[in-house]
Amino acid sequence: MKMTPKSEQDLSECVAAAKGPLAIQGGGTRGVSVAGDLLNTSGISGINLYEPGALTVVVKAGTAVSEIEAALASERQRLAFEPMDYRGLMGVKGEPTIGGVVAGNISGPRRIQVGAARDFTLGVRFVDGQGTVMKNGGRVMKNVTGYDLVKLMSGSWGTLGVLSEVSLKVLPMPEADATLQVHGLNMNDAVAAMADALGSPYDVSGAAHLPNDDGGVTMIRVEGFEKSVAYRIAQLREVLGKFGGEMTQAKHSVTDWAAVRDVQNFHNKDGDVWRVSVKPSDGPSVVAVCAPLEAQFDWAGGLVWLRTKQGADVRDKLAGIAGHATLVRGSGQPRFHPENKGVAALSDGLRQRFDPRGILNAGLMSA
Amino acid sequence: MKMPVPSQSVLARKSQVVARLQGVLPMDAVIHDEMETRAYECDALTAYRCPPMAAVLPSTTDEVAAVLRICHEEGVPVVPRGSGTSLAGGALPTADCVILGVARMNDVIETNYADRYIRVQTGRTNLSVTGAVEEDGFFYAPDPSSQLACAIAGNIAMNSGGAHCLKYGVTTNNLMGVTLVLMTGEVVEIGGAHLDAGSLDLLGLVCGSEGQLGVVTEATLRILHKPEGARPVLIGFDDNEIAGACVSDIIKAGVLPVAIEFMDALCIKATEEFAHAGYPDCQALLIVEVEGSEAEIDDQLGRIKQIAMRHSPVEFRESKSAEESAAIWLGRKSAFGAMGQINDYMCLDGTIPVSELPMVLRRIGELSEQFGLAVGNVFHAGDGNMHPLILFDANKEGDLELCEEMGAEILKLCVDAGGCLTGEHGVGIEKRDLMTYQYDPADLEAQLLVKDVFDPQWLLNAAKVFPLAVSEGRRATQLAAQ
Repeated sequence: MKMTPKSEQDLSECVAAAKGPLAIQGGGTRGVSVAGDLLNTSGISGINLYEPGALTVVVKAGTAVSEIEAALASERQRLAFEPMDYRGLMGVKGEPTIGGVVAGNISGPRRIQVGAARDFTLGVRFVDGQGTVMKNGGRVMKNVTGYDLVKLMSGSWGTLGVLSEVSLKVLPMPEADATLQVHGLNMNDAVAAMADALGSPYDVSGAAHLPNDDGGVTMIRVEGFEKSVAYRIAQLREVLGKFGGEMTQAKHSVTDWAAVRDVQNFHNKDGDVWRVSVKPSDGPSVVAVCAPLEAQFDWAGGLVWLRTKQGADVRDKLAGIAGHATLVRGSGQPRFHPENKGVAALSDGLRQRFDPRGILNAGLMSA
Repeated sequence: MKMPVPSQSVLARKSQVVARLQGVLPMDAVIHDEMETRAYECDALTAYRCPPMAAVLPSTTDEVAAVLRICHEEGVPVVPRGSGTSLAGGALPTADCVILGVARMNDVIETNYADRYIRVQTGRTNLSVTGAVEEDGFFYAPDPSSQLACAIAGNIAMNSGGAHCLKYGVTTNNLMGVTLVLMTGEVVEIGGAHLDAGSLDLLGLVCGSEGQLGVVTEATLRILHKPEGARPVLIGFDDNEIAGACVSDIIKAGVLPVAIEFMDALCIKATEEFAHAGYPDCQALLIVEVEGSEAEIDDQLGRIKQIAMRHSPVEFRESKSAEESAAIWLGRKSAFGAMGQINDYMCLDGTIPVSELPMVLRRIGELSEQFGLAVGNVFHAGDGNMHPLILFDANKEGDLELCEEMGAEILKLCVDAGGCLTGEHGVGIEKRDLMTYQYDPADLEAQLLVKDVFDPQWLLNAAKVFPLAVSEGRRATQLAAQ
């Protein structure tokens, strides 16, 4: 059965009336697959309020990300956390929704500078596992009124409630951007170079390393006003000179960074795909112990994308490295990293309270 | 201010509880003498005081766990305390509680520049976190006004902000991991030096939970390299609303300063008399600070000047030296102290959408006339976090109550304007009873459910955040358990 509510009220009724598990879906592009009746939220769509002068937008959860980005672009603003588009990696069609972005806490390369989706989500409205409509947060930048359930809902992948509306902080688009490319560094030097770039005062907004046959290309992005961008790129050349790699500059680097964000190197290739979050200096160790078919570093080494042989479990190998590994594409392993005992008990407790019948994306985040 | 009736059963067992606490802590870390517990009778919301039954000052996570285990077994309420600088009464004791102070836990555990984080015990003060890394060119970004005194534990409990969070975010955006001790004494590790949660974001939930979910004993904090330079400008206007409109225009133009601070005539005058910062005599002033290299700063300030000029400022003063920059900030940073010199005041903390600044400032002026109490405005305008200071006379019968009544009206106004009751100070006891104005019963129930999971017996700081009537049934569990 497939349900496509058109309003928050509809959504609430669908959940309340559910007799069994529900598979919550926005655009259905992020590879989440659970058993149950399909509950698709893309019909709950539209921009409720956009205030460019207050840097805020309030949207219904099923609104297409592309629609929001177009509206923001007309005022020269954007979703600064740069949400990843999974379609190429997953080999699927569909229209990503903002609800999916928030529910999955989906961010991109700029996460290291400005924060994640959860940091830009100012407020949520959602329907819990009993069909009750709840809200938390609001549409202002600073809000400590009661517990921050906005963060809890962001990244809960629909297991605590189904989002019906989100308010987001947006930021101005920069006047200019540029990317410094350092060629031929090995993984360790690349991660050291990215650490130096981020440990400088030059406000780096992206740091990625794409290995290739000649070592790889290390990309450092800065954004801002034209003169400032030029100045900081020049300064970063000085900072990174000691690594010895040839340096070039990409002037308009939007497509390059979309490729990093969406892990384009892995598109149309077989095998499982893992997304590993560790402290940046552990990035090379992740690759060393997992021995993947292919790897890519974002977040200065802190986000490692691995393409591995089908069915390989990298989590065993990562046991000595703090962080977490998500199986983004593949099967045979749980998608999410098992939590430590204390956290797992609290998480289970929260799921039981918010979804006592255990019907919302059941089993997705817990055994 | 109504507080729960202290449990006679707990008070009757004071000597037994104290003896057990002395069994797990050094003698000087358990304070139970009635004279000495007075030191913990209030925080920075000094209008309300109540000495606790006892106070403990553990030095390690293990000691915190041992204390909580005992209090859990004995059914004793616990109120966690950082440095006691809460303006919302977040650390106000009840007569039957144990104050758990983290002041002795101030070690730096690890500093890592390559991965840009520092791990500290949470009794460390905010400013001394930066102090530990600044020689190497780094800093910890959240900068609440009380940063010299306030502890990271309290910053995490209240999700503290500061003047520079317009660019760098508040505590929750700079917090990477915590060691959390639950009321049962169980120690839970959440997050770490990596980014984002692997599963549910419990870190985001703990931050801002006002010490109701657990006691945070260690924290991993993001540190950043200091900018090459920073420079403020001071812009004076002859009208509050025009200053408000200028803020909105600056933000919309794509310049993102690190701070935009606002002061009105009353605050300017008081500050001038107190700190002699050389502020112009005008109705409203903005302090706008930008960062970068000299050339970048010039460029950004040029753009800001262009925008400001459209609003006919009476003064546009660009700092020409470090001394002039310090003078511009001096007034702002002494504003609360200056207001305290001229009068008793109550400091509010509502947030509104920046676009509503002119309307809300006008309405606050009207309320001021209606209640007959003067209001000074000094706040973080860039993110709409207002700090109206209502002046009253603490020695005049009924004035505090009148002031609180007016404060409630202003906070309701913030909610009506699309904002919220508190932007960075927290709910505590101060705004507890207004929670039902911002949240429907179902919204509050969602938050209560979270508390049920972390602290099923409602022993941790239970009289805060929620209206007593709303939490009553839950707190009864606490009594039943005894």
